[in-house]
Amino acid sequence: MTPELRAPRLRFVLTFAACAAVLPSVAAAQSGDVNVYTYREQKLIQPLFDAFTKDTGIKVNVISASSGLEQRMKSEGASSPADLLLTVDIGRLEDAVRAGVSQPIKSAALDQVVTPQYRDPEGHWYAISMRARVVYASKDRVAQNAITYEELADPKWKGKICIRSGQHMYNNALFAAMVAKHGEAKAEEWLRGLKANLAQKPSGGDRETARDVAAGKCDLGIGNTYYWALMMNSNPAQKPWAEATKVILPTFQGGGTHVNVSGVVLAKHAPNPANAMKLIEWLVGEKAQHIYADINYEYPIRAGIAINPTIAGYGALKADSLPLSKIAGNAKTAATLVDKVGFDN
Amino acid sequence: MTVASLPASAAETPIRLRLRRPRHPFATAIMLAVAALVAMPVAGLIAIAADGDADIWGHLLAYVLAPAFVDTALLLAGVAVVTVLTGVGTAWLVTAFEFPGRNALLWLLPLPLAIPTYIVAYVYVDLLDAWGPVQVLLRGVTGWTSPAQYWFPSVRSLGGAILLMGFVLYPYVHLAARAMFQTQNAALVEIARTMGARPWRVARDVTLPLARPAIVAGLTLVLLEALNDIGLCEYLGVRTLTMSIFTTWLNRGSLPGAAQIALMLLLLVAALIGIERHARRSRRYATGDASPPPARTRLTGGGAFLAATACLLPVALGFLVPLAYLVEQAVSRTLLFGLDRDLVRHAATTVVLAALATLATLVLGLALVSATRLLRRPYAQVCLSVAGLGYAIPGTVLALGLLSPLIAIDQTFDRLVSALTGSGVGLLLAGTGAAVVIAYVVRFLAIVIGLANAAFGRISTDLDDAARSAGARPGTVVLSIHAPLARAALAGAALLVFVDCLKELPATLLLRPLNVETLSTYLYQFATRGSFEDGAVAALLIVLAGILPVIHIVKLADAPHRLGKTADDGAGRHRAP
Repeated sequence: MTPELRAPRLRFVLTFAACAAVLPSVAAAQSGDVNVYTYREQKLIQPLFDAFTKDTGIKVNVISASSGLEQRMKSEGASSPADLLLTVDIGRLEDAVRAGVSQPIKSAALDQVVTPQYRDPEGHWYAISMRARVVYASKDRVAQNAITYEELADPKWKGKICIRSGQHMYNNALFAAMVAKHGEAKAEEWLRGLKANLAQKPSGGDRETARDVAAGKCDLGIGNTYYWALMMNSNPAQKPWAEATKVILPTFQGGGTHVNVSGVVLAKHAPNPANAMKLIEWLVGEKAQHIYADINYEYPIRAGIAINPTIAGYGALKADSLPLSKIAGNAKTAATLVDKVGFDN
Repeated sequence: MTVASLPASAAETPIRLRLRRPRHPFATAIMLAVAALVAMPVAGLIAIAADGDADIWGHLLAYVLAPAFVDTALLLAGVAVVTVLTGVGTAWLVTAFEFPGRNALLWLLPLPLAIPTYIVAYVYVDLLDAWGPVQVLLRGVTGWTSPAQYWFPSVRSLGGAILLMGFVLYPYVHLAARAMFQTQNAALVEIARTMGARPWRVARDVTLPLARPAIVAGLTLVLLEALNDIGLCEYLGVRTLTMSIFTTWLNRGSLPGAAQIALMLLLLVAALIGIERHARRSRRYATGDASPPPARTRLTGGGAFLAATACLLPVALGFLVPLAYLVEQAVSRTLLFGLDRDLVRHAATTVVLAALATLATLVLGLALVSATRLLRRPYAQVCLSVAGLGYAIPGTVLALGLLSPLIAIDQTFDRLVSALTGSGVGLLLAGTGAAVVIAYVVRFLAIVIGLANAAFGRISTDLDDAARSAGARPGTVVLSIHAPLARAALAGAALLVFVDCLKELPATLLLRPLNVETLSTYLYQFATRGSFEDGAVAALLIVLAGILPVIHIVKLADAPHRLGKTADDGAGRHRAP
């Protein structure tokens, strides 16, 4: 064996040793902290956790992911470090309950802040903040300032609507609400009408939808309330997209605007339940709710908190009264209908 | 030289003197252990799939599978064409010819790998959509006022997905083919040249057929990557079969159904790979000796210009344009001023995890391929195929499949330790970075196996036999004959694995421990919020972490042969800039 051959191997071994020495620092989680599994982006919730730690001295450890956290908690079973699961979308909250990774929360303080419509009847989940699924309409080409979700299927909008994939969770919840309101057959007819009105095959995200409206590819786009505010306020390059559009808060016929939530679940095997409860109650407290409103542009769940001016500029939100659990119960039907009418094809 | 042309392997025509093949228990144990490691998530997946009934299939057959199958087939076919043309074409140009810029292109050509596919999709949609600079310029020049007045090809389409994936994924084919072209037998090429064959004829009749296993190995990686993509496909509106796994799981609430679809896809992939293997079962690719590669033909004038342009185009589309975009975002939005100091920690974590995984993957892959070669038995081939399956499963699904087995191991070990010492150790694998490293190894083992196997196929088993009869132990044969002869392929494989680990997202997201971010999970949180440009600095760090090993490994792979009797003539030597 030549010396040249030996040298790189030695280097490999040294590198390996160095790496192995660093690896333990990768592990974390002390008892006495609170451990959060979250579907919300860490950047978004870190300001909340930092403020919580400052207030209480309790450190928050986080894993954020896009899917599968319930399965991880389920597999971890009694060894799971998770105390809380934070999610966006009502379907996710119900998934966690179905996966059996939650436990009922009993807190008079929470029940006082979160109205029954926005919590599980048995206390397995509580909503913490709200967002509405709304219409971004072209300022130039759309005169009306009010619209119903039902009207989006009206042939007068043929070739004029843009939307992201019908299987995205935000649309899934909207379509599930339509099923809950009008029944499966009517909802299918509506979905076919909406599909027929699309200017292009569903793709991109809510920001691209706004951009397409601004660029003139379509007149109406469907998106969430906070995306428009983010485009308006936090990225100069995207500001023109928001400026070319106006936000209309649509309503269901005879109802209100479709609202989805971000929420929290207390883990079944939470190793730090007391700290977990402190965090949950803190999250619906005034300080946290102001952060949700002003940094994340969401509607606070707590009454009496000022809504961010940009969001308030959309007009007064009249949230639909349909219980969220009804929406979650129809998610599967909505997903099936999307395939059936070939919404994404 | 003449022994190399003997037909079939020693297994089919045993030398009469050898009455009984040796058993090699150590090699067998390694082989089974590595195959078991990869079989672990597949077993986890089977357990999940068996947990539900088959009631989703009626719906899938009626509404989903047919269109998804068509889209998937078109996507894969298109990506195959783009990557093979680009990857093989550029590999041939830089190995067969000498032209200005070649030295820089040697390390530029693999770089598109360093940018996550979905980021490239975001960049091109931003550049080419109705609001992007290209169409704004077009409207400025023509006087059109609205995109409704003209037709412009949409990036958000199947065609867009094919082109973007093609220009990002071609390096898999390029590196695999280049490693083969570099080590091809000069004598065969010289004979063909002496007989008057022009360069393209040499390529068609000698170089390409001999590199077929390597090209197939690279293409397989590309197609599996394309098949399992979620980010780019969702963004561009392409409905593949893999997308249906996720809607079945997340929207129809059926994880078992999703696992069933994933397993069906896995079977389909295994069948396709089997068919390809079968098609070339009787061919042999060993060329017998270890002579230095043929001298490169020097191109001048128009030829040199064309060659340089042909190589620069994919680099520009797959790397330079996205890179320039990211730099522009980072600078113009002054992201560098408000730089998140945690990024340094995330970068270190990313590199450590990727380095550990690359090393483990390389060692295990090399051990496995060597064991298979040593054993020369059919079940060894089966183990090799099983060990390559990790790449055929979408990252998130692989992670889901890994969770239960890893945690079961952890809990058993925990009980054992508590019984012995009185206090437990918790989740030793699933609660630490070990789970992430294991996932990387399971997923990317296919890369090392594919490339090493193709390169080892080049090495005649006569060399092994000669060394063994001279008294060398199997490990010595691997380290002092196989590894040096296959160093270009192994270096290429290490590079692919490392860069793939750097940008791996779905398994990392689900398996990482508390408070740990990699660059790619950090970048992802901006993307989910629809403002990926805010993560431009993290994306640039991924690229940067990818470039350094590319330069180093290209240098290593192109260094002169160690086994050749004649010293390299200098034409094959270069210094990376």
